[in-house]
Amino acid sequence: MSAAPQVLIVEDEDSILLSLEFLLRSAGCGVAAARDGDTALALLAQSVPDLVLLDVMLPGIDGFELCRRIRADTRLQGTRVVMLTARGRESDLQKGIEAGADAYFTKPFSTRELVTRVRTLLSEPRSDSPAQGSARGST
Amino acid sequence: MLSGALIVVLSFAYVGLLFAIAYWGDKRADAGRSLIANPYIYTLSLAVYCTSWTFYGSVGRAATSGIGFLPIYLGPTLMAALWWYVLLKMVRISKEHRITSIADFIASRYGKSHLLGGLVTVIAVLGIVPYIALQLKAISASFSTILQYPNSLVTDAPESLPFLQDNTFYIAMLLAAFTILFGTRHLDASERHEGLVAAIAFESIVKLVAFIAVGLFVTFGMFNGFDDLFGKAAKIPELNALLVQGGAAGNYTTWASLTVLSMLAIILLPRQFQVAVVENVDERHLNKAIWLFPLYLFAINIFVLPIAIGGMMHFPAGSVDADTFVLTLPLSEQKTWLALLAFVGGLSAATGMVIVETIALSTMVCNDLVMPILLRWKFLRLTERRDLSRLLIAIRRSAIVVVLALGYVYFYLAGEAYALVSIGLISFTAVAQFAPAMLGGLFWKGGTRLGALTGLSVGFLIWLYSLLLPSFAKSGWLPITFLTEGMLGIDLLKPQQLFGLTGLDDISHCLFWSMLANIGLYVAVSLWRRPTAAEHSQANLFVDVLRHVAAGSGPKFWRGSATVADLQTLLGRFIGPRRAAESIAAYARSQGMTGSEQLSANAVLVHYVESQIAGAIGSASARDMVASVVDEEPLALDEVMAIIDEASQALAYSRQLEQKSLELEAASKELREANQRLQELDRLKDDFISTVTHELRTPLTSIRAFSEILSDNPGLESAQRAKFLGIITRESERLTRLINQVLDLAKIESGAAEWHPGTVDMRELIDDATGALSQIYRSRGITLEVQAPAGLPTVNADRDRIMQVVLNLLSNAANFCDKDDSAVTISASCNETALRVDVTDNGIGISEADQAVVFEKFRQVSDPAAGKPKGSGLGLAISREIIQHHRGRLWVSSKRGLGSTFSFTLPLSPAPA
Repeated sequence: MSAAPQVLIVEDEDSILLSLEFLLRSAGCGVAAARDGDTALALLAQSVPDLVLLDVMLPGIDGFELCRRIRADTRLQGTRVVMLTARGRESDLQKGIEAGADAYFTKPFSTRELVTRVRTLLSEPRSDSPAQGSARGST
Repeated sequence: MLSGALIVVLSFAYVGLLFAIAYWGDKRADAGRSLIANPYIYTLSLAVYCTSWTFYGSVGRAATSGIGFLPIYLGPTLMAALWWYVLLKMVRISKEHRITSIADFIASRYGKSHLLGGLVTVIAVLGIVPYIALQLKAISASFSTILQYPNSLVTDAPESLPFLQDNTFYIAMLLAAFTILFGTRHLDASERHEGLVAAIAFESIVKLVAFIAVGLFVTFGMFNGFDDLFGKAAKIPELNALLVQGGAAGNYTTWASLTVLSMLAIILLPRQFQVAVVENVDERHLNKAIWLFPLYLFAINIFVLPIAIGGMMHFPAGSVDADTFVLTLPLSEQKTWLALLAFVGGLSAATGMVIVETIALSTMVCNDLVMPILLRWKFLRLTERRDLSRLLIAIRRSAIVVVLALGYVYFYLAGEAYALVSIGLISFTAVAQFAPAMLGGLFWKGGTRLGALTGLSVGFLIWLYSLLLPSFAKSGWLPITFLTEGMLGIDLLKPQQLFGLTGLDDISHCLFWSMLANIGLYVAVSLWRRPTAAEHSQANLFVDVLRHVAAGSGPKFWRGSATVADLQTLLGRFIGPRRAAESIAAYARSQGMTGSEQLSANAVLVHYVESQIAGAIGSASARDMVASVVDEEPLALDEVMAIIDEASQALAYSRQLEQKSLELEAASKELREANQRLQELDRLKDDFISTVTHELRTPLTSIRAFSEILSDNPGLESAQRAKFLGIITRESERLTRLINQVLDLAKIESGAAEWHPGTVDMRELIDDATGALSQIYRSRGITLEVQAPAGLPTVNADRDRIMQVVLNLLSNAANFCDKDDSAVTISASCNETALRVDVTDNGIGISEADQAVVFEKFRQVSDPAAGKPKGSGLGLAISREIIQHHRGRLWVSSKRGLGSTFSFTLPLSPAPA
């Protein structure tokens, strides 16, 4: 078994962050957390996670902008982005897809769906990404 | 004794001469060198007023009532003085509206009314028939006299001749033929007949010369001048009486009514309207006519008395009809050529009148009576006929024949019962009925169609009953008891003593009653019913005609659509396609264009076409015709015209308009602003809902996530389970609090919140609040200092709400404190008017930009260094609402990095709850 997939959670709401950490750890992921966009960028500069779980409403740089920057970064080509938003507007969904998100969840979300989706995304490498560990995603 | 053949040849030769003149006049007009474009011809054409009534009848009248013949000429002389105003107006209006007859004029004035035009036509025809009969009688009598003298000095009664076998019938038909040849050779849009006017002017010279010649012969040939003549007459008592006013000359009432009648007749008689108004080529001709026409009347009247007196002294009393003195005096002296000249003079007086009168009447009958009816009969499909000009000419020719036939019938039925003058006066009284509608319409904007209709109808009926029917009764065609006992034997209904009015002659009596009713009803009905928009618009155009600029008189407010081709086709149907094309092309040239293809169908062109058609079929029908090809929006026009009318006091109106437009501008600006505000509010509402949604979703997300975690992981350690359950509880509380605050704010903002005012001791309130929060402060290590002096006045307020504000401010202060030496101070103070509370922290402070929005909903100060602010973001919004409800003020002063002070005041005077 290769190393556990690494997930970066960017979420400013403490309790939600706590629940996401628990869920992803339970799913066998390695988890890092950031409470705002700047911290997230700093963490991304140090390591390349397999997936970023990204809240839209953040203090400082918002989630859409962060997503665009991840997509613009060649180092992060293989990194999946799942966006979370408390605003269920069509335009937000559109913005998320345009920014390059792989999946988009509206709060409150089903934890089971989220975990399933995260697993699926981790097991299918991005088409244009460099080869990643194939065993990733197994729990 | 003269031979009949000679008389007939002479008559025909004379008429042939007239034709030649008329032909020459038309030729000159076609060549553009008008024969009649001078004031002298115009004045002479006006003298068509002097008919055989003047030529023969005045002498007859003078023989019985001396200078009683004079009012008929005094009236026009007086009226001439008013022409400058009255006639000028009529001429100007008629030119601008292409009016072709008096019926057309009155119909047009009252909103282009078919009904009114028809009524005027009927009255004119019935009223003028006796007058035409008069001419027939005069011509016939002059024939008999000159042929039979001296065998039959008193004219034979026509009853002795079988119907249709007396010469009068043939005279009538010959006159009809002449008139048709003169007047209806072609159809002219302007309905002007230059050649005819030239011939009429010539006739006026002939009759004047003839009459003066006879007068000179009598005065200086038979007597030795005026002195001799009057001197001899004065010695004869019955003749002397004629020369004295108040004697046989009639009483003052008769004089007055005859003067009034003739004043009206000179402008209202159809033939006078024809020559004075329709045939007028230049308004300036009026200037000369005003003094020249009275001079003509004077000249033709100088020898009336000498001839009358001479005749009475020459012939044994009653042996010769005084109406024939002009002929019989020369004949008795064997002055054959002078008698023939007099005969021709009389003939010219009669033919001039008959020709012009019947042309005028035929135009009216065609345009205002027959065509409106024919055009209304859909099954005739007249509106689809390509060329109506032949039909129009046929109608006019028939009308001429019918009018003359009626004249003959009247002559046959009633002609012998009256002298020439009396017959003429019956006609004068009939046309006088037009006066209220006509003169009222010229000078009074309030006159209405209904008023004119009722006045005219009733006046006409009275004329019919008290003047026309009695003339039949006197001739034996109606039972004489109709006169002596009244209709149905009712005394009050005696036609010539209506309602017991006696002491007046027939004419004055009828004039009195008919005018009383006519004027009274015209005025009363007009005042009773407001004029319609169409009447309004016409009234303005007529009454204010002299104020308009002559050129721009068309419909100024016109909306509609039509093509030039449509209009030309329409015009072509009435005056023929070729002339229509010429007319449109001429119009285009007058507009400075090279051809009709450059024209656009605008209001002015439509008006031009309408006026051209009006010349052929009258203004009311023309309007209908044009409307059939023009998609006009009449309501809008009428409305605009009504508005314009009300603005006769133009200044007041325009000021009003200006004010209105300013108001409108202001209103639309307000509307724009309100709309902007509304959009802003709408956006704010959307933002609010979106934010509330977001705020609600956040705790819900935690609650759902942890519930699912707990449910999916039954084997969790109890410590972790307890921690997760605690989060669920806390987030649920947060959700509840948020919902409560949203509802609270909504309630306060909508005014639905309940308030419980009471006495509030601020010091005690602050103590309670700090007590409630002391736990939190202590746990965070924040120092809380209270500065509330004893003896603060109480305020009248809702204690719970003020407590809510103070707690909110204290919690916010605690939230902004993140340093170790954090301290919050709450202080209360007061001045004369208000109590003040300040909550000061030494936290991060608020930037100036944020200070402006910190009280707005969900506008939390976000600062990366401070992390996400706690709370819903509604606390300050609610607090400000609460303080504002108490008429106080809530504000913030702060410096970045040095802390903030939130302050509020509450007025000491009790606020209404």
